[in-house]
Amino acid sequence: MSDMSLKSARLRGPDLLRLGGTGLRARPLRAVLSALGIAIGIAAMTAVVGISASSQADLDRALAALGTNMLTASPGQTMFGKTATLPDDSVAMVRRIGPVLSATATGSLDRVHVYRTDKIPSGQTGGIGVLAAQLDLLKTVGAKLSSGTWLNAATARYPAVVLGYDTARRLGNVPAVWLAGRWWTVIGVLNKVPLAPELDSAVLVGWSAAGTYLGFDGHPTTLYTRSVESQVEAVRAVLAATANPENPNEVKVSKPSDALAAKRTTNATFTALLLGLGAVALLVGGIGVANTMVISVLERRGEIGLRRSLGATKGQIRVQFLTEALLLSLLGGAGGVLLGYLVTGAYSTTQGWPTVVPLWALAGGVGATVVIGAVAGLYPAIRAARLAPTEALAAA
Amino acid sequence: MTEVIELSGVTKMYPGGVTAVRSVDLAVEYGELVAIVGPSGSGKSTMLHLIGTLDRPSRGTVRIDGHDVATLSDRQLSALRARRIGFVFQQFHLAPGRSAVANVADGLLYAGVPRKEREWRAEAALVRVGLGDRLTHRPHQLSGGERQRVAIARAVAGDPAVLLADEPTGNLDSVSGAGVVELLRELNDAGTTVLVITHDHEIADSLPRQVPMRDGEVIRDVGYVA
Repeated sequence: MSDMSLKSARLRGPDLLRLGGTGLRARPLRAVLSALGIAIGIAAMTAVVGISASSQADLDRALAALGTNMLTASPGQTMFGKTATLPDDSVAMVRRIGPVLSATATGSLDRVHVYRTDKIPSGQTGGIGVLAAQLDLLKTVGAKLSSGTWLNAATARYPAVVLGYDTARRLGNVPAVWLAGRWWTVIGVLNKVPLAPELDSAVLVGWSAAGTYLGFDGHPTTLYTRSVESQVEAVRAVLAATANPENPNEVKVSKPSDALAAKRTTNATFTALLLGLGAVALLVGGIGVANTMVISVLERRGEIGLRRSLGATKGQIRVQFLTEALLLSLLGGAGGVLLGYLVTGAYSTTQGWPTVVPLWALAGGVGATVVIGAVAGLYPAIRAARLAPTEALAAA
Repeated sequence: MTEVIELSGVTKMYPGGVTAVRSVDLAVEYGELVAIVGPSGSGKSTMLHLIGTLDRPSRGTVRIDGHDVATLSDRQLSALRARRIGFVFQQFHLAPGRSAVANVADGLLYAGVPRKEREWRAEAALVRVGLGDRLTHRPHQLSGGERQRVAIARAVAGDPAVLLADEPTGNLDSVSGAGVVELLRELNDAGTTVLVITHDHEIADSLPRQVPMRDGEVIRDVGYVA
């Protein structure tokens, strides 16, 4: 007799991997198809996260170009619910705040309306606002002219207008507009102003021309400031009190770059919905892997019986099938992450965004597949291990 | 002690009241070549399972290579099979799409033999069964007799104390079958204990010792020398 102790040998890692791969190599088409389910789920989730991250990266890039140091102040409501105004000298007072680099204002003329021609009925205003603008407006809000010129000291005193981007598209290429019973010459058109979108749908007239021809009272309705970047919050704290020292509570202060960022993040629910769809695909993929493994165990009873007769322990049979399930879902996960990255790259390229897929999304995708593979493979693996060797051999 | 297989008072009952093996006593010494012979339903397959430690007796004791099967855990039985018992089946049980060497090397996987050593020992075993020129052939490229030789190589590659062959010629024509029996005889001459389970009296009678079975019992033990 032998006096050797009966200790079962451990399977080495590479041997285990090779064992787990045998089933997949034997039926490659089935392996690819069942991995595909997982791949689609992971690809969907990676792409959703990637596209939203790329959009965010694009926004960050845009904000870096636009600057996040702009604050606007506008009159709110009085205590009695009337629309408040800002004092005439509020711009000058705001300019005296130390970190403020520039300050300018527009005044809304809500009683006058602009028309393409004098033939248009007065009721069809087209939703275009008329704003009196100070000469340094462009510099402060970061606006650029798309054509023509901006108001200067001379044209600001005469019936001349600069059209906002949307206004120009609505009115068409007109040499002049009809405003308060007279023709005003169009001298320029603005590009879109991301930080002051209210200018896009406006017609801008000179401050003094507004007083002369349109009955403008000279009260600013929106005040734009740029401050030293590090002091924006400090300026924000004193802006209301400076613009309207008597009634600081009637001043609304806002930071347009925050509003811009908030507008992008309103897509969060949509993102969550898509992520949910990806999760469902992943779940279906996991069930596909479990299904494949159950069938594989049924088909390979002969192999299980043989391996038991060759000295495989129950644990070794279990770990073999578990490894196979893990490899199957990892195959899907890796393919899915790659596919998701490609989709993100293609979409963000068409949008002109930088392609960004966060590392946590890649790691999370692969991690999720490991969990799914383990869960999907556990039951079939346990069934394989529980199979009595004699039964397994008899079934072959 | 010189018995590699020692069954005393072994009974195996299956759920439902079927008694497949009834009060069997059997002793096989190291180096013997024995045939367990009987018609189907005689309990010889159950004997294979009990001797191969794939199943445990309902009553009685089974000792293999000195180990009482009843006292061993599943892991210990697995280790015993991995190191001390070689199996040959009627259906060969070769992995399709894998070379002869890979199939034979798998037989050493659970004995903890490193990969390189598995491969050269597999090659040596294949040479030993006369398939030195078929190392990289896959099962579908081999004849039935050659496939069974690969299976035998897998069983003996780990140098087991006993080789259990379950109807090793059952799927073969008579010429190939005779070749396989001849191979088992050669292995026995070289020192391996071989137990052949067969329904074929012609094969059984060609071996030194026969243990005929019927209805779960050993009728008489021919050639038992101890």
